[in-house]
Amino acid sequence: MRVALFVTCINDTLYPRTGRAVVSLLRRLGVEAEFPEAQSCCGQPQFNTGYRWETEPLVRRFAAAFAGFDYVVTPSGSCAAMVRDNYPRIGAKAAAEGRGEELTRAAEAVVPRTLELTEFLVDVLGVTDVGAYYPHRVTYHPTCHGLRMLGLGTKPKRLLDAVAGLDLVELPGAQECCGFGGTFSVKNAAVSAAMGADKARHIMGTGAQAVCTVDNSCQLHIGGTLARLGSPVRPVHLAEILASTDKEQW
Amino acid sequence: MSGTYLGMPAFPEAAATATANGRLRANLTHATHTIRDKRAAAVGELTDWAALRAAGAAVKDRTLRHLDHYLTQAEEAVTAAGGTVHWAADAREANRIVTRLVRETGEREVVKVKSMATQEIGLNAALAGAGVRAYETDLAELIVQLGDDLPSHILVPAIHRNRQEIREIFTERMADWGRPAPVGLSDRPGELAEAARLHLREKFLRAKVGISGANFLVAETGTLVVVESEGNGRMCVTLPETLISVVGIEKVVPTWRDLEVYLQLLPRSSTAERMNPYTSTWTGTTDSDGPRAFHLVLLDNGRTDALADTVGRQALRCIRCSACLNVCPVYERAGGHAYGSAYPGPIGAILTPQLRGTTSEVDASLPYASSLCGACYEVCPVAIDIPEVLVHLRERVVQGGPATVRGQRTRLKPAKGHAAERAAMRAARWALDRPGVLRAGQRVAARTRRLHPGRLPGPGRAWTDTREVPAVPAESFRDWWRRTGGREDR
Amino acid sequence: MSSRDLVLGRIRRALADVPLTEEPADVHVPRDYLSTHAPADATEMLAEHLADYRALVHRTDAAGLPGLVADLLAARGAQTVVVPPGLPPEWLAAADAARVADAAETTARELDAVDSVVTGCALAIAETGTIVLDGSPDQGRRRITLVPDHHICVVRVPEQVVDSVPQALPRLAPARPLTWISGPSATSDIELSRVEGVHGPRTLEVVLLRG
Repeated sequence: MRVALFVTCINDTLYPRTGRAVVSLLRRLGVEAEFPEAQSCCGQPQFNTGYRWETEPLVRRFAAAFAGFDYVVTPSGSCAAMVRDNYPRIGAKAAAEGRGEELTRAAEAVVPRTLELTEFLVDVLGVTDVGAYYPHRVTYHPTCHGLRMLGLGTKPKRLLDAVAGLDLVELPGAQECCGFGGTFSVKNAAVSAAMGADKARHIMGTGAQAVCTVDNSCQLHIGGTLARLGSPVRPVHLAEILASTDKEQW
Repeated sequence: MSGTYLGMPAFPEAAATATANGRLRANLTHATHTIRDKRAAAVGELTDWAALRAAGAAVKDRTLRHLDHYLTQAEEAVTAAGGTVHWAADAREANRIVTRLVRETGEREVVKVKSMATQEIGLNAALAGAGVRAYETDLAELIVQLGDDLPSHILVPAIHRNRQEIREIFTERMADWGRPAPVGLSDRPGELAEAARLHLREKFLRAKVGISGANFLVAETGTLVVVESEGNGRMCVTLPETLISVVGIEKVVPTWRDLEVYLQLLPRSSTAERMNPYTSTWTGTTDSDGPRAFHLVLLDNGRTDALADTVGRQALRCIRCSACLNVCPVYERAGGHAYGSAYPGPIGAILTPQLRGTTSEVDASLPYASSLCGACYEVCPVAIDIPEVLVHLRERVVQGGPATVRGQRTRLKPAKGHAAERAAMRAARWALDRPGVLRAGQRVAARTRRLHPGRLPGPGRAWTDTREVPAVPAESFRDWWRRTGGREDR
Repeated sequence: MSSRDLVLGRIRRALADVPLTEEPADVHVPRDYLSTHAPADATEMLAEHLADYRALVHRTDAAGLPGLVADLLAARGAQTVVVPPGLPPEWLAAADAARVADAAETTARELDAVDSVVTGCALAIAETGTIVLDGSPDQGRRRITLVPDHHICVVRVPEQVVDSVPQALPRLAPARPLTWISGPSATSDIELSRVEGVHGPRTLEVVLLRG
């Protein structure tokens, strides 16, 4: 089984630790992930802002970079959803514009093989107890694209429940968006900030030491808001919790 | 607010003002959270909800793909049942038709059932211009009318008002419109409803002309359906001698049987009830029961432009339940007025730019009035993929491209004001398509990371006003991998 | 060009993507939703769901009906009651209230002075707690059940009770004006909380008449 890590541009640049945690976690589970260096960005910021034509080269790049792998695993619900939901749409629109089937074929090649990390763990590897140890009080925020576009359901929580030492506390209003929304966070900064403030308030109210998600783009917003409010709650990616053991803490 | 959406600022400015309004925020949060949980419970009662939703979407898709067929069938059936059918290409024409019909009765006042279509076309103002006074009879519409305000919600147009504000409006304004509010009126909802009953009773009993919209128009039978709660709808469609219904062309459903789907989907999605208190159906006119004359005005007003867009078309499935508003975190904070249209919230953000086009500043900003969280799509009883249409319309704004405007196929130019963003997106794509350039950029950022300011200038300020910028790590993942081959654990 | 032709022309151009050979029936509509959610006892469910939305539910048999109706009217202090032309005379046999006929010339204002109305119904729907009136002789014109503030509606159980909306529609005639009633008039317009009692009858009493 050849597995590629799609680390995502935001993790690559701002949260390399999350990518390293995935590599470490998968290795512990017997999977040697590869990192094709030709990868860059899934194109979500461009596409979701309306720049579909600027997205197309990134679709081609994604398909070429990950050709030949059985699975493309990514620690991001949002980027996985971009590939699975929007790449076929980009292909269909290009075809409707009389530009042939090339992008559709590119999408078809990667869509069925691209999985968010928890899907790969639970559905492909069939594990929920990954042997992790994380002695902290943690609350979990289900990010919107993982929750609603990918339908991750209880997978992240089942993984967290099996982590030794972890005290999982319920987050009120958990399913409500944190207000990031990519360029939404600057185009509609007032509403975005208000959503972020409410999310932060709920998180702080749980008494958790860390807030866990499967998306560091949302963490950028949640963590940035918590930090501005002077909160000690740490944003942490699920991969870092799962990679932690009694020997090494991420 | 002063009775018009014209000249409203773009969504972000209006939303920023609304977000800072503590009372408005409290009113909206309270109301939307109340209904959210109830809706979930009402929907949860039906084990076959997903199947009903799929059928609801499919019936509408069938209708829309053969809309000419169903409209002519409906026209024939309504005419055969004693009604008169009029066609209006736009708001002006619809207003002209209705005004003429009212004047022909010799009446100077009409009673109205809450109707999105007549709100959309600004019928009340058109009637006022012709010397006809239109009385809104839905409680929330009454609150809006008396307060010289604008609707801010599809189902509950006065959702932005709390009980104390409603009491104030009734006490101060009812006398100007007819029977004054009872002396010593309190802010208990029961008493406020009673005040509305007394105030409107007079108008119902003397009304000679009623104006309504319709939730559904059944093509095979020519039957109109109005779904309501208070009984004001029954009053307006039953007591007057003349009834005029203004109905969007997308409201048609093929068969009587199809109502079995929507009469299950709508009440539970809308007011979270198993069934709304009153549903009235009528087919043309009935001897010695109800109005003697019935006019149906079929309204286009941009709907065919939406129909011409194969992605945007799904917005015409909408049955105006407002579940998407109630669940939307952006609507909850921005309020309905920020959307600058009779159709606020997520559905408004995809409907308004299709009905009115994307040339005005507010209309071009609406597709961006969403974090794309997808909660709207999840609750939509006819499965309108609102995020998909939002992104599609964003494309139309920044890229331009083919569209139909007032029935004419045209090629839209990219909207103004996105030049800097477009350049940035292009530059980002150029860099992202060259991992070597990306790596170089990451290294520059890493080397200068101690110099990064906590507050950014220019557009970056929108972020750093309320959020910290993350620290740039010393080494990107890409560099770490190249250095260690992924071999180094912690 | 007429506006009719203009709008229909726009529609046909807008649907250029729809193949000319496609018929409406070619667009598949999955109907795998349930025709009933199979209540164990439809009449019991009807009673429960009517009560949930603040309708007052009573049960009786043919022998008890006249007395019950008389009691309900008396308890309300009803001096006058409007009577549809085909209401079984025995239903009101014990009532003292003065009868007002449902006549075409009666104005809304006159009806507003009447205290109560007694009717039968076309059918009732258990799952939604709904009674449906179709203007039959035992139900009368629509306005007689609208303007008076007190409505007593008699439902013959179990024969007039259907489980669900899908079971109700085929039993109703679209050509007749229908009124579906689920509890007394109500509104959610103040802070999205439901309160009963606006323009329609504020008191709805449903009598379940066992045959």
